[in-house]
Amino acid sequence: MFLRLTDQPSLGRVLMRTLIAVAYLIIFAPVVMIVVTSFFAQEIISFPPPALSLQWYANAWHKPEFFRGLTTSLEVALLTAAIGVPIGTMAALAIVRGEFPGRGALSSFLLAPLAVPGVVAGSGLYMFYVMAEDFFDRDIKATTGGLVAAHTLLAIPWTVRLVVASLQGLDRRAEEAAANLGANPFTVFHRITLPMMRPGIVAAAMFSFIQSFENLDLSMLLVGPGRITLPVAMLNYLEFRIDPTLAAVATVQITLVGLLMVVTDRFVKLSRVV
Amino acid sequence: MSSLAIEKLTKRFGASVAVDELDLVVREGELVALLGPSGCGKTTTLRMVAGFLPPSGGRVLFDKEDVTRLPAYKRATGMVFQSYALFPHMSAADNVGFGLEMRGLNATERRSKVEDALKLVRLSHLAERLPRELSGGQQQRVALARALVINPRIFLLDEPLSNLDAKLRAEVRLEIRSLQQRLGLTTLMVTHDREEALTMADRLVVMENGRVRQIGTPRELYDAPKDAFVADFVGRCNILTGRRESATQFRTDSGLLLPVDSAADECKDASAFALRPERIALKAGGADGIQGRLKAVTYMGAQTEYVVAVGAEAMVVVQPTPGAGEPLAPLKPDDSVSLQWDCKAPRLVPRTLH
Repeated sequence: MFLRLTDQPSLGRVLMRTLIAVAYLIIFAPVVMIVVTSFFAQEIISFPPPALSLQWYANAWHKPEFFRGLTTSLEVALLTAAIGVPIGTMAALAIVRGEFPGRGALSSFLLAPLAVPGVVAGSGLYMFYVMAEDFFDRDIKATTGGLVAAHTLLAIPWTVRLVVASLQGLDRRAEEAAANLGANPFTVFHRITLPMMRPGIVAAAMFSFIQSFENLDLSMLLVGPGRITLPVAMLNYLEFRIDPTLAAVATVQITLVGLLMVVTDRFVKLSRVV
Repeated sequence: MSSLAIEKLTKRFGASVAVDELDLVVREGELVALLGPSGCGKTTTLRMVAGFLPPSGGRVLFDKEDVTRLPAYKRATGMVFQSYALFPHMSAADNVGFGLEMRGLNATERRSKVEDALKLVRLSHLAERLPRELSGGQQQRVALARALVINPRIFLLDEPLSNLDAKLRAEVRLEIRSLQQRLGLTTLMVTHDREEALTMADRLVVMENGRVRQIGTPRELYDAPKDAFVADFVGRCNILTGRRESATQFRTDSGLLLPVDSAADECKDASAFALRPERIALKAGGADGIQGRLKAVTYMGAQTEYVVAVGAEAMVVVQPTPGAGEPLAPLKPDDSVSLQWDCKAPRLVPRTLH
């Protein structure tokens, strides 16, 4: 009698692996579908495709709304990250390091935008912008500034969450060691604390960028002529046409986000932060 | 190097007193260890000397200079942290060079000093490694080099060995001690490990509840503890409570009469009898000495430990293990034994334990 303990996987392990495989399938199947259909040569999607082509990419390229949408989205996403991350980082420092009453409340308050459905927040912002426009007598909705402000509302909670986590895991003894070696508080912060927070900050910048770049629900009501973000441009296109042009645009979008994540991962192991 | 003086140093956290009017002088080139159970205030004291905690009262002096109000970064102490606290994003060499950079040395001057410091701790070959690529012992040596390279006025060690495994600990203990002596470093060390304190320190400070119980050389504390707490804390000890019967006898609470020479003790309050286990001679049978019954024999390598029931009390005796070939324990549990000791060996001290 031999007990084959190793080469006979137990039922539990088989089940576990199957579940993992199914989970990955569910996550990636839509993405794969979009990428694949973007190369189909016919307008109405059917299997098997009669031929493969790049015509939809060419089509997308020649539609100015997509190209302008892409540049608007990139601009808004970069500005959002550039504004939201410093604000969120300072808030995180205050929450973790500060000594004042109401730190818990502040933390919940800053995370709250994530709990509000985007369409609701978007409508609220729309009304608020209209009132603010009356008050200040200048355009706010349908401007880059208005979009960036709205997206920053989501960049701050992401940043607070990630940077708070990285601050809490930080060994404060290292800061004491630096002071012990003659570094004044300012030097301690920029030579020791900030570099140790870097993974959290980089991850926060990446998430802020991505959530802005892909945001649809919050942006829908806030865009205007000439200020249409890529996701909104895609939705607009969908109202009149259904053809793989959209799949081609989405593939470009997915590739950009994927590249960003790969590049970020080279600097900061994302699995360690998130 | 400076000398260190602590005067009436006090730290209160709310209503509780962590350090209570502590007085201590560490002479130039001396290594003094603060020893005590956790929560006795030893680490709080060290952190006040480093400048990480503001004292509630009292003064800290380096030489004659009052540094009590000086921030940590102006004190020029060199501290080795329990967790090493290396900068995770800097190489070993950059960690060591950080303090020199803060002192305004240029890159060339820094490089040669860093090289010397790393050579001192035998880590020259790992200078470019990041802390996470080093073993615990190597990280510890980087921390040591980093604290030493700045020529600190006072060298501070916070449980420097507690994160090392037992074998490495003995080695590093000797290494730190010889460095400290060679460089003449005025050192304040915190530890809860009595062996570490006894082997490394010129003088020991036993603390409890924020107060000093006794200050002295390791030998003084071991051989002449002032009270039962110190006797118990610096080494294994048989402590029996009772009272002095006469100049030559001590009566325990259970009525046992033990031979002592109390002329040697000036102590008025002689409510406890303290005797080190290795000072007791153990014989099978015999009519002389204190009669007892062997309860347990424990082989511990170089030594063997015997637990002997004497009346209602239990006493621990430690003897060198018999040589190879000889029976390990000619004695078995339940044998009748007799105990004898030099009547000058026991100390009569105030009892402080419950």
